[in-house]
Amino acid sequence: MKLDVRLPIGLLFSTLGVILAAFGGATNGNAALYSRSLGFNVNEWSGVAMLVFGLGMFHFGRRAQRRLTPPVEVDRKRHPARGKR
Amino acid sequence: MEGCRCLELCLPNLTHIDWLIVLFYLAFVLGVGLLLKFSTKTSSEFFQAGRSLPAWICGLAMVSLSVGAPEFIGMGAWGARFGLQAAQFFGIGSIPAMLFAGLYLMPRYYGSGASTIPGYVGMRFDEKTRRVSAWLFLLMMIFSAGIGLYALDRAAESLQILDRTFIQLGWSHQAIFPVVISLAALLVALYVLLGGLTASIYNQVLQFFVLVAGLLPVVLIGLKGVGGWEGLKTKLPGAHLHEWSGLLHVHGNSMGVGFVGLAIGLGFVLSLGFWGTDFLVLQTAMAADSAESGQRAPIIAALPRLFLPFLLILPGMIAIALPTPHTTTNISVGPDGSIVHNIQVVSAAAEHGKGLVPARSNPNTGEPITNASGEAILDADQATPQLMAHFLPTGALGLALTALLAALMSGLAAHFTAFSAVFTRDVYAQVCKGASDEHLVKVGRIAVLVAALLAIGSAYAALHFGDMLIELELIFSVVNAPMLAILLLGMSWKRTTSTGAFTGLLVGAAAALLHHGLTLATGGQAGLHGGWLSVLHQYPSEIEQNLCGGIAAFVFALIIAMAVSVATASNPEIEPARIVPVSGAGPVQWWKRAETWALLVLLAMIVLNLCFA
Repeated sequence: MKLDVRLPIGLLFSTLGVILAAFGGATNGNAALYSRSLGFNVNEWSGVAMLVFGLGMFHFGRRAQRRLTPPVEVDRKRHPARGKR
Repeated sequence: MEGCRCLELCLPNLTHIDWLIVLFYLAFVLGVGLLLKFSTKTSSEFFQAGRSLPAWICGLAMVSLSVGAPEFIGMGAWGARFGLQAAQFFGIGSIPAMLFAGLYLMPRYYGSGASTIPGYVGMRFDEKTRRVSAWLFLLMMIFSAGIGLYALDRAAESLQILDRTFIQLGWSHQAIFPVVISLAALLVALYVLLGGLTASIYNQVLQFFVLVAGLLPVVLIGLKGVGGWEGLKTKLPGAHLHEWSGLLHVHGNSMGVGFVGLAIGLGFVLSLGFWGTDFLVLQTAMAADSAESGQRAPIIAALPRLFLPFLLILPGMIAIALPTPHTTTNISVGPDGSIVHNIQVVSAAAEHGKGLVPARSNPNTGEPITNASGEAILDADQATPQLMAHFLPTGALGLALTALLAALMSGLAAHFTAFSAVFTRDVYAQVCKGASDEHLVKVGRIAVLVAALLAIGSAYAALHFGDMLIELELIFSVVNAPMLAILLLGMSWKRTTSTGAFTGLLVGAAAALLHHGLTLATGGQAGLHGGWLSVLHQYPSEIEQNLCGGIAAFVFALIIAMAVSVATASNPEIEPARIVPVSGAGPVQWWKRAETWALLVLLAMIVLNLCFA
């Protein structure tokens, strides 16, 4: 098994992104909470940014993983044939 | 009716959402280790990630492991104390060395087929030199891993993350230190011993992105809060904003570093000692899938490293530029006619601090500690944590804490894998010759656990030392500087003999220790910080003292190694074929060549330096 590193990165960032964006959305307009961050809903923004990054990573990781997996199976089928020759 | 609301400033309220983020991240990192356990069976897979990783993964892992908790906390502290000058440690203090290591050293290390740097020393020289370099390296790993754990505790205590939990459990405040460092060390040890170097490197790449995601919001909001770059300019002393200001003379700058110390000590000996001979960083490049990838990894790592000061040093500068908090009382009339006293209580230490950076306080009385002239001594290590607590609401604060944990774990995991590989390959396997591959993996896993336990012990040593980056610098000057001397000599001069290298290594390390024992920084006390033999020379700063210690170690190691080599006959056992660099065919197109990439990174460094000169 060979794991493409972009898959776990994509998974982690998407999940954390969803958590943060959902929390940011739920607390939107809570002036007391966001007075610290100068009125900026930093949770929603960083959540959305992380979600986009995570989905992108996941997409490219899965594409690379798919490309990586089939040739390995083909190789295994070819090997015994080569051995017979 | 009169109400009273007391708000303690700078005490973040960690809520469930913060803990959810932190715990999810921790579970995830362990999960990666567990998943990779199934593909980690042979010793090559455990210690070298099967030598199968592409260059970009190795490069990102390399830059990630170079930012541990000491850099996360310490670079913020240096940003507060010295401003942009601290960026020297990222610019001239690492980029040229990384490019040199990539272009010229990596092909030799990778091509030799050695699995560790002491292993390469054994190939070029002999077994006894290999053993000495391995033991020196193991010692260095334990001490610097302890510094990483200590840095995490500093952050945990200044953010008061665990105080409430401990009070609820009825545990003493003193117990925070052992609990925090043991939990962190064992957690990292667990995923490293499961998945080996692959788990460590995969998590390092992940941790690099977590570090950026966690720090970027606080830097952006902090910069807005201080009024942008222009606002920072008006609130900080001029020298804080110029990377090169006053650096041509020792007394012209607040770091107390002179041009010789900077150019030779930092720009050559210590930086090349770290990026070019320290197996801690090179282990990732040596796990690359080909000699070309190994060559590219440090060059790829150099590019993000160039921009790290914006994430690590800038927070410290912003923290010290902000207004100092004071205890205030606002009396307002509520909507129902009641009088509300809004009292914002600020501790004495915070009030005597500068900006958000509090003064160092006496742990028993809580009173700020002052120096001889009555000025409060700043606790600069708190700069970045305090900035995070000041600007981030719950949620984003959890993410920033995760970034801190990610920094700690990436650095710590690298220490454990490097310790385990060097111990197993260069010490254990040489004593127990003929041990089976399975047996070596088992020993490697135990070594990871041993490294974690020893690191917990050495965290107590770091507790007594104080400034963690300076302690790291001192350790580098003792171990890396003489290693660099004998490796460079061995590569460039065929007549270097094993006896010469062996003596040079020992004399160099001894010279660094002796230098430390005989010199002291101005205002320092003899003891842990130097001068423990007698004080023959005083340096303007401890940074300069250790940079010069590194130069001394390098020069002594070089001269002694050359002299002894000339005196002893050339060693006929060296096989020159094994130490010739593997250049390979290499890509023909100029834009794919490692040299072109290195040149571009170098240009980017020069441009950035000119912009902030």
